[in-house]
Amino acid sequence: MRRVARSLLAVVLCAGLLSACAPAAAPAQQVLRLATTTSTQDSGLLDALLPLFEQQYNARVDVVAVGTGQALEIGAKGDADVVLVHARAREDKFVSEGDGINRRDVMYNDFVIVGPQADPAGVGGAASAKEAFARIVAASAPFASRGDDSGTYTKEKGIWASAVITPTTDSGWYLSLGQGMGETLLTANEKSAYTLTDRGTWLSMQTKLPNLGLLLGGATVAENQDKSLLNPYGVIPVNPAKHPGVNAELAAKFVEWITAPDIQKLIGEYGQDKYGQPLFYPNAAKP
Amino acid sequence: MLDSLSPILLLTLAVSSTALLVAAVIGLPLGAFLALRPVPGKRLIELLIYTGMGLPPVVVGLAVYLLLSRSGPLGALGWLFTPSAMIVAQIIIALPVVIGLTMSAVESVDPALKLQLRALGATPAQVMWTLLGEARLGVLSAIIAAFGSIISEVGAVLLVGGNIEGQTRVLTTAIVLETRKGNFELALALGAVLLSLAFWVNFGMVRLGRRADAPWR
Repeated sequence: MRRVARSLLAVVLCAGLLSACAPAAAPAQQVLRLATTTSTQDSGLLDALLPLFEQQYNARVDVVAVGTGQALEIGAKGDADVVLVHARAREDKFVSEGDGINRRDVMYNDFVIVGPQADPAGVGGAASAKEAFARIVAASAPFASRGDDSGTYTKEKGIWASAVITPTTDSGWYLSLGQGMGETLLTANEKSAYTLTDRGTWLSMQTKLPNLGLLLGGATVAENQDKSLLNPYGVIPVNPAKHPGVNAELAAKFVEWITAPDIQKLIGEYGQDKYGQPLFYPNAAKP
Repeated sequence: MLDSLSPILLLTLAVSSTALLVAAVIGLPLGAFLALRPVPGKRLIELLIYTGMGLPPVVVGLAVYLLLSRSGPLGALGWLFTPSAMIVAQIIIALPVVIGLTMSAVESVDPALKLQLRALGATPAQVMWTLLGEARLGVLSAIIAAFGSIISEVGAVLLVGGNIEGQTRVLTTAIVLETRKGNFELALALGAVLLSLAFWVNFGMVRLGRRADAPWR
């Protein structure tokens, strides 16, 4: 009986020992929690920029990359210090409800429509996203929708509304996935479906999507004829008056830093070497 | 990627083993107690525990999230998006497994033994301890099953940990991230790492359990 007790204890102790080799706690340094969208993380932009901030302010930036809706919700609960998202109307609501203060423009890129190379719906000949969507409906061609709470999905719904179309999933061609941009592109690639994507994610994943081609939006942001497809990103510190736990001081520094000319210049250069064009265009106005 | 693998690996082990340790410390005595004592409403409790084994991790994650959010009841702890939150969520997922399987393992021990121990004047704690020992193989599988359910779980740790690089990224959340980016080969390789990790941990536990069974060999 005693040996049984000993062995049980050993199993438990073994587990405990494993837990003891947890990474040691980092030395006391300020932590900034940034809730942002998957596009800023998956494109590699944050990996390129944030070490500079961490060095300059002896801080650590914890990035929680989720959809825009979830990022704003994290901010609205006071669980992040600053948000970096792309859905202007919802950002304004975030501020008007008192959850955020001092929203600033940071950068923009644009949305494009990609689809099967053969382009059965003739999207390539459309003059605008609105017209392209109408053509997809007319052809009942498969369309993969994010179907989540993201900035991209918000944009997609806006385009459907402008075309006075209400897509329903029982139509068969409209696929509401409830997934991130990467998964949605991969699904579109497999199912020969059209989809709306931000240009950054498209460029970074293009090599993995052999069946898809860029059909509407032009080769670069500047060549995109449909200006309604512009995709602006804003940075918003969480309001310390409503959420006393946040690190407002560091959040303010972050906003100042990411809108400063030298970092704005770096944003405009990011991706140039790899994709031959920037993934994001800086547009922070002087405060 | 490779140089960032070791912190991910260590954190995976640290979070899941800590959660397993806590779940075992709470769950083993509780499971044995439920098996041995005529608790009122026992059938219902049993049913609830078995249902708890099917708790969707993402629901556990959501509940823990709301609990630990700065605007939640335990927000003052500041645990959200830290390994502590991930441990809490995994304890909740592991507990019903440990309690339920321990309970049925102890119940399957010959009831005559319990009577005999009582007759020999054993205290209730001694009886419980002896019966847990008798049921050691079942108890070991309870611990192993619980470990399997938390090391492979992704919904809860993604939600309450936030998949923060260098802070709360574990193997499963790294797999989700790489899949999202379309890096299928890397995601699959990480899956293999996770499997081999689980293999060696289980290997250790089974060995310990067997040594307890036959120390003279």
